[in-house]
Amino acid sequence: MVTNTISVSETPQVLYALRRADDALILGHRLSECCGHAPTLEEDMALANIGLDLIGQARALYALAALREPSLEDGRANTEDTYAYLRDVGQYRNLLLCELPNGDFGRIIMRQFLYSAFIDPYWRAMMKSSDAQLAAIAEKAEKETAYHLRYTSEWVIRLGDGTPKSHDRMQAALEFLWSYTGEMFDTDEAEAMLQAEGMIIDASAIHDGWRTTVQTILDRATLTLPQSAWMQKGGRSGRHSEHLGFLLAEMQQLPRSEPGAVW
Amino acid sequence: MYTQALNDLPTPHNLEDAEKMANFQTRIDSEDRIEANDWMPEAYRRTLVRQISQHAHSEIIGQLPEGAWITRAPSLRRKAALLAKVQDECGHGLYLYAAAETLNASREALMDQLMEGKAKYSSIFNYPTMTWADIGAIGWLVDGAAIMNQIPLCRCSYGPYARAMIRVCKEESFHQRQGFEIMMTLAKGSARQKAMAQDALNRWWWPSLMMFGPPDTDSQHSDQSTRWKIKRFSNDELRQKFVDATVPQAQFLGLTLPDPDLRQDEVTGNWMYGEIDWEEFKQVIAGNGPCNQDRLASRRKAHEEGAWVREAAAAYAARQASRHAA
Repeated sequence: MVTNTISVSETPQVLYALRRADDALILGHRLSECCGHAPTLEEDMALANIGLDLIGQARALYALAALREPSLEDGRANTEDTYAYLRDVGQYRNLLLCELPNGDFGRIIMRQFLYSAFIDPYWRAMMKSSDAQLAAIAEKAEKETAYHLRYTSEWVIRLGDGTPKSHDRMQAALEFLWSYTGEMFDTDEAEAMLQAEGMIIDASAIHDGWRTTVQTILDRATLTLPQSAWMQKGGRSGRHSEHLGFLLAEMQQLPRSEPGAVW
Repeated sequence: MYTQALNDLPTPHNLEDAEKMANFQTRIDSEDRIEANDWMPEAYRRTLVRQISQHAHSEIIGQLPEGAWITRAPSLRRKAALLAKVQDECGHGLYLYAAAETLNASREALMDQLMEGKAKYSSIFNYPTMTWADIGAIGWLVDGAAIMNQIPLCRCSYGPYARAMIRVCKEESFHQRQGFEIMMTLAKGSARQKAMAQDALNRWWWPSLMMFGPPDTDSQHSDQSTRWKIKRFSNDELRQKFVDATVPQAQFLGLTLPDPDLRQDEVTGNWMYGEIDWEEFKQVIAGNGPCNQDRLASRRKAHEEGAWVREAAAAYAARQASRHAA
């Protein structure tokens, strides 16, 4: 296979946009894997819809990264597609949570719920960003994630409080995913700079509200919040699970096999 | 997406009341729409259930060959468009099962027939999508053929089906343009991309022509559907329209149709095509196409793996209902 991996000049603004874009793309990609295979036609459409929203958000954020990235030495500029298709695993900046394999419908729903309960208030707060473009992206994304949160909350309740079997599956999904939730609230020096400028908010400020939302829905779903406090991390700095490489191998195969081609 | 004229024999209606039958035919002849609560001959109902359910099955089975490329679409724009397209197909399946429900056929029962291998769906989806160009070829040819079949169904005598088809056709024309645009991009691309497009055309052309069903000479059962204005044109008429529309498009793309006998009739202007391999068609319909087993296995797997979800949703809903009642 021809390798034509790009290099990226990760200024704080570019890094920030790529992290959020990668979350959305990788999670959207995972949801797109379900298309045609969901438990009912209605859920097939709903998961595709959420996937489409996330891929759309990723595209807006990659476009922003491309605008903010200093041009390369040869004058070329990166695009949404070079970011998506021509970066290697270690260059991806998404949360580990987003790259985990789907598992059953219960785990898909639980992963989406845990993420949506974070990202919806996150985008709502980001609508006040001092950066007009980020504020506009946040405003559009929040309308979508509000629905994702409502949809997944309803399913968490329905399945948690459904049958003994569905309850056990949802509790197992929650236990499996729990240690991947901490990374959502992490922040680092690059982000601290942008926070100081009022461009982005501090993700850790979302934590208490997120925890309340999660607890409320889990109570209604008769599910129990896991006790484990240990949290996995690494995605934000390019240290991923084994799963992302397989996802990218599948996703990137065609453009990498024909460098420079237009599709 | 894709109705296919399979020409099953309608059930004889010798027990129907003659006067009701005459009135029914008068309504049909005057282009009146038949609605769900209207009296209708049992054979009319069964013919519609069979046709609408085959159409619905084709939509959801049709999600699979194209769905196979969503995760491998070569740009984010293509990925979003393909995901949206396959989602549309699911939506078409949903409308069509709902249209069948107006005729007292439940979605569950129809899907069971599909998974038990008792129901038919369009033969075209039993061919594999080997390369990205297949996504272009399916949009261009398969959706193109489907539109030819389905535009007349917007005037079908059964109201709920006709109305569902109006929306379906709007989305299908969009899909067809998308498919053609993929083919155009490949045809203008590198030598390897152009070869990919030609290879896809070679593989999808004949199965697309088969989508219109057996030739009129072998098709003895469509008379009744025509009298009932479920069917407006014969299989060969629609096939000819499709070929006439598609040949100039292939020429525009600079691709060659895989038919050495293709020639334009000087008098009619129609494009005359070579012999269709009807034995292949029969084999695919009979379950021996390259992907029949895979398609049904995927459908069954999704259904079985989703059983606990459907059971839980039903249990939750029942409990909520009893809580409200209490």
